[in-house]
Amino acid sequence: MSEPILRVRGLTTTFGDGALHAVRDVSFDVMPGEVLGLVGESGSGKSVTLRSLLRLLPAGGRVAGSVCWHGRDVLAMNEAELRGVRGGEISMIFQEPMTALNPVLPIRVQIEENLRAHTKLDGRGRRARARELMDLVGIPDAARRLDEFPHQFSGGMRQRAMIAIALASDPKLLLADEPTTALDVTIQDQILKLILELRDELAMSVVFVTHDLGVVSATCDRMAVMYAGRIVEEGAVADVFACPRHAYTHGLLGSVPQAGAERSMLLSIEGTPPGLARIPEGCAFNPRCDFATDICRRTRPRLAEMSPGHHAACHNAGAVAAAGSPVRRAMRDG
Amino acid sequence: MAEALLSAIDVSKDFAIPRSLLQWARREPPAAVHALNGVSLDVQRGETLGIVGESGCGKSTLARCLVRLLDCDDGRVVYDGTDIATLSGAERRRFNARVQMIFQDPYSSLNPRMSVRQILSEALRVHRMRPPGEIDARVAELLDTVRLPPDAADRHPHAFSGGQRQRIGIARALAVEPEVLVADELVSALDVSVQAQVVNLLLELQDRLSLTVVFVAHDLRLVRHISHRVAVMYLGKVVEVAPTERLFRDPRHPYTQALLAAAPEIDPGRRTHRAAARGELPSPINLPSGCLFRTRCPHAFDRCRSEVPTLTPRGPVHVAACHLDHPEPTE
Repeated sequence: MSEPILRVRGLTTTFGDGALHAVRDVSFDVMPGEVLGLVGESGSGKSVTLRSLLRLLPAGGRVAGSVCWHGRDVLAMNEAELRGVRGGEISMIFQEPMTALNPVLPIRVQIEENLRAHTKLDGRGRRARARELMDLVGIPDAARRLDEFPHQFSGGMRQRAMIAIALASDPKLLLADEPTTALDVTIQDQILKLILELRDELAMSVVFVTHDLGVVSATCDRMAVMYAGRIVEEGAVADVFACPRHAYTHGLLGSVPQAGAERSMLLSIEGTPPGLARIPEGCAFNPRCDFATDICRRTRPRLAEMSPGHHAACHNAGAVAAAGSPVRRAMRDG
Repeated sequence: MAEALLSAIDVSKDFAIPRSLLQWARREPPAAVHALNGVSLDVQRGETLGIVGESGCGKSTLARCLVRLLDCDDGRVVYDGTDIATLSGAERRRFNARVQMIFQDPYSSLNPRMSVRQILSEALRVHRMRPPGEIDARVAELLDTVRLPPDAADRHPHAFSGGQRQRIGIARALAVEPEVLVADELVSALDVSVQAQVVNLLLELQDRLSLTVVFVAHDLRLVRHISHRVAVMYLGKVVEVAPTERLFRDPRHPYTQALLAAAPEIDPGRRTHRAAARGELPSPINLPSGCLFRTRCPHAFDRCRSEVPTLTPRGPVHVAACHLDHPEPTE
C-alpha cells in the first residue's frame, strides 16, 4: 500500500469566536491518483472542509488540526510557503465559474498569471503553455478563444477554462467544489469525463465535493459522507453503495429515485438537517433516524472500522447493514 | 386512449431582445430568443406528464403558457375543449382555479410579508371557495394535507425551511381545488433527503385528489420516478414523447439517447468512460436550419440540414421527431 499524499487529522473549523462549529474533528487520507468524494447536503460542512485544507476561509473562520502535505502542515505554514502550495501543488476549482473567473480579464491573462506565479517559463513559453492547456481541457480554436473574456464563454466552456487555470501549475491534487452542479446533464457528463481523463493523464488526485450521489457513483473511488460537520461514513464507493453502515447514508441512498421502482414511495428522511447552532446531543442524526435507540440520544458514536477500509459512526451499524442497501434492492427488483 | 384535458397545439413563443442604440443605427433587424418553436403536446386526465430538457429548452416557458402566465405568439392552448386565450372575466378566473402552478423557487414565490394563513386564505377568498366563516377551518385542513403543523398558519415564510416552503406552495395551489397542477422544478432547490419527502407528498396527493400533474424538471431520475408519460424537449421543440418505461428502455431520438447516457448511474458498477453528447446547445437566437439537434447529433446526414423532422409514430403511443426510424445508440 502506498503512502497517502494528503493526511488530514482532526480538522476543526469554527466561525464567530468559536461559537459555530462548521467542521468538527474531520480526518481522512487522500491516496495518490484517487478520486475521493465528500458527500453531504447543504450545511453539512463539505465545502468548508475543502476550503479549510487551503485556509481559504471568510474572515472570522478559524481552522485547527493538521493538514499534512508532503510532510509539511499546511495549517502551520507561513504566507509565503502557503502561496507556493495553494494554487500550485494543490489547485482548486469552484462551483460557479462566472464568479470565480475575473470578468474584466481575457482568459489568456488569467492562465498566464498562474503560470507566472508557479512556473519558471518565460513569456513565449507561457503563451505556448496556455495554448496547450486550452487544448488539454478540450476548448476548440484555442488561439482565438484565449483572447476572449469569460462572458463570451458558455457555462461548460467557462468550467473548462477554470480547469485550465487550475492545471497551469501542474498540481498533484485538485480540489473540486461542486464543479458540475451549475451545468446541464450532458455538459456535466463531459466535464466529469474530462476530470477523470486528466486524473489519469497527469497522475493527480482529486477531492470532489458534491451533493449528487449519481456523480459520486460515476466518478469517485472512495467517498466520505458528512452530516452536521462530521464524517459519518467513509469507504470505497462500491462498498458504501452495496452496504451502507450509517443510517444517514442508508436514507440518502433511498432518497434517490431508481429505475424499476416508479411511482413508489421513496425512502425519505423526515425533518431537515440541523442548523450549526443547534446540533442535537448524542448522534447528530438521531432525531431523524429510523434506527435510533436510547444510546443514540446520549452518546455520540465514534467512527469505527466495520470491514477493511470501511468506517462508520453509528451505534446501530449492524441493524443498518442488515436492512440492506436501498440501491441493491431496487437493482434486484428491477 | 384517454381524452386530452389540456393540450398545446403548435405553440410558439419568442422573447424580443432590446436593440442597443448602435444596433439600431446600423439598422440591424431586431433579434429574439425563440423559446418555443411549435410545441404540440397533450396532457391526459389523471396522468402525470413529465417534461424534461436542459436549461434553455423552453420547458418553463411551456409550463407558463399552459397556465396562461404567458400568452403564446402562435398556436393555441386548449383546456377542456376551449382555447384559453379566448377566456376572460369570470371564465378566466374559473380556469385559473382549475389549473394551478407551483413554482421552482420557494424563497421568491411566497410573499415574505404575509403569514401562511393570509397566503392560503387569499386564494380561498378571491375564488370564493368557502364562506368567510369557514376559511380558518379550511386553512387548518390544507396544512394538515401537506403535513405542516397547525401552528404554521400564523408564521411567516422566513420561519420555514425550503422543503416546508414548498409544502406551503403546494397548499396554496390546492386551496382552490384544482384539476391540474403544473409543477415547474418543484424540488430542484431542495436537498436530496427533503426532495424525497416532497415527491412522496405529491404522489400521495395525486392519488387522493385524482389530480392531473404536469411535472417539469431537468432531473431524469426524478421524472422517471414520478411520470406516467415523458416528453423530451430540445431548443423549444418536443423531440420525443412516450410512456416512461418505453422511453427509458427504447429511446428513439438521438438527443434522448444522449440525455439518458449522460445521466450518472446510481450503480457504481456501471460506469462509462466516454462522454455521451459532444458540443453544446446552439444559441436560441440563431437556430440551426432543419433538425435543431443536427449540430450535436452523431447520425446527422444531408436531409437533417434541409428538412425539419416532425413527430412521427414509433409504436402505439410513442412519437419521435427524427429522420431515422431507429438510430443506434452510440456505445
